[in-house]
Amino acid sequence: MSLDITIHLIDRKGISHKLIAPTDIQMNLMEICKSYELPVEGTCGGMAMCASCQCYIESDHILTERSDEEDAMLSEAFHVKKNSRLGCQIQIRSEIDGLKVRLAPDE
Amino acid sequence: MLNDMIKTDILIIGAGPTGLFTVFEAGLLKLKCHLIDSLPMPGGQCSEIYPKKPIYDIPSYPEILAGDLIKKLEKQIEPFQPKYTLGESAVSIEKTKDDHFIVTTDLGTKHMAPVVAIAGGLGSFEPRKPPLDRLAHFEDNGVNYIIKNPELYKNKKIVIAGGGDSALDWTIFLEGIGALVTLIHRRNEFRGALDSVDKVQKLKNKDRIQLITPAEVISLEGEDKLSSIVIDHNGNQFSIDCDYFIPLFGLTPKLGPIANWGLEIEKNAIKVDNTLDYQTNIPGIYAIGDVNTYPGKLKLILCGFHEATLMCQSAFKRIYPDKRNVLKYTTVSGVNGFDGSKKEAAKSTIKSID
Repeated sequence: MSLDITIHLIDRKGISHKLIAPTDIQMNLMEICKSYELPVEGTCGGMAMCASCQCYIESDHILTERSDEEDAMLSEAFHVKKNSRLGCQIQIRSEIDGLKVRLAPDE
Repeated sequence: MLNDMIKTDILIIGAGPTGLFTVFEAGLLKLKCHLIDSLPMPGGQCSEIYPKKPIYDIPSYPEILAGDLIKKLEKQIEPFQPKYTLGESAVSIEKTKDDHFIVTTDLGTKHMAPVVAIAGGLGSFEPRKPPLDRLAHFEDNGVNYIIKNPELYKNKKIVIAGGGDSALDWTIFLEGIGALVTLIHRRNEFRGALDSVDKVQKLKNKDRIQLITPAEVISLEGEDKLSSIVIDHNGNQFSIDCDYFIPLFGLTPKLGPIANWGLEIEKNAIKVDNTLDYQTNIPGIYAIGDVNTYPGKLKLILCGFHEATLMCQSAFKRIYPDKRNVLKYTTVSGVNGFDGSKKEAAKSTIKSID
């Protein structure tokens, strides 16, 4: 069985990218974006302390709930919608195979 | 004019961990350093973004808080008497006839040095600005991101937006000055020091401030000067009078003017020669730490320390091309501070046994 999953990501220009993401090396969505050299800054390195990896979840996958820290950061971020998440808080797991996400606008 | 300038051997732009450690390595070579940072305190991201977060990959520290790492670095470099220009950003650079650089800040402070080390991390910290129409138009005409002169707010109607420490602290501070202080946050929970949250709660209970949550400012109104703002409170939209709107949503790093210094930039970072000394395409200007890029670059504090060390050796050769230099070990030579202090290994006692 392959340990890789597929993520469909739409960048800020509306272009779709098919990302192949490994589930066995503890990566998160922000890191996958960076490894594909997509324009995701990841300023704080993944501590949920900036909103540079904010994205909108557009498929109905059930994700782990927002932590208090992520909630607090999103409450101060801009362009936040109901389906907003911080990419750095979304772990790459087999359960999210086929996830569709869109990058939030640059601040 | 030359006399008004701050002069040093290595001018370091950015007082984060890499910039601070540069002072130590330069000091061992008897080179003096001056640091410029846009933040009011040293430490860069470690102080501004995550002072309370533990770091686990600093060699020999199984665990250290980012804020404590900065304190220890400041202690370590103390003998070399670094000087600082804090709360100012480096804006422009020019080269003199004798191959020195003059770096000017946004407040006009000038610095001259034969070597410039850019240790700017992800850039200088700037306020995060909410995406509101005509925000730029009202900047300094009712919209402020920093409170410089509290007198300005005397008997004014002030609206603060944000949910962190600075929003809470400034609400408490301005309550006694303004005619009416309103604090707006997108949710009911605030993340700040418990003591500050308590104080704001008390002020609210006593009707000394107006607290509107969960709410968001959605537009700004006025001609030349801000006169009112429109708030969305749980789907209810209404306008309130407002002389000053102070959005406090934290800071975000921006590479800023350094991007226009003629340095080779790749993916928001400065390209350097990693085979030698982390020099940029402009001889005499180096880039170290998170701000640089080269094949295989890793943005780690420990890599910044290494880059700073090699860079200082190269800077020495540039400043003293004719002087011989050989790497000295601190275990052998100790640390001879510019302040006259001397740290060295205790002499071993030699005593005969009868």
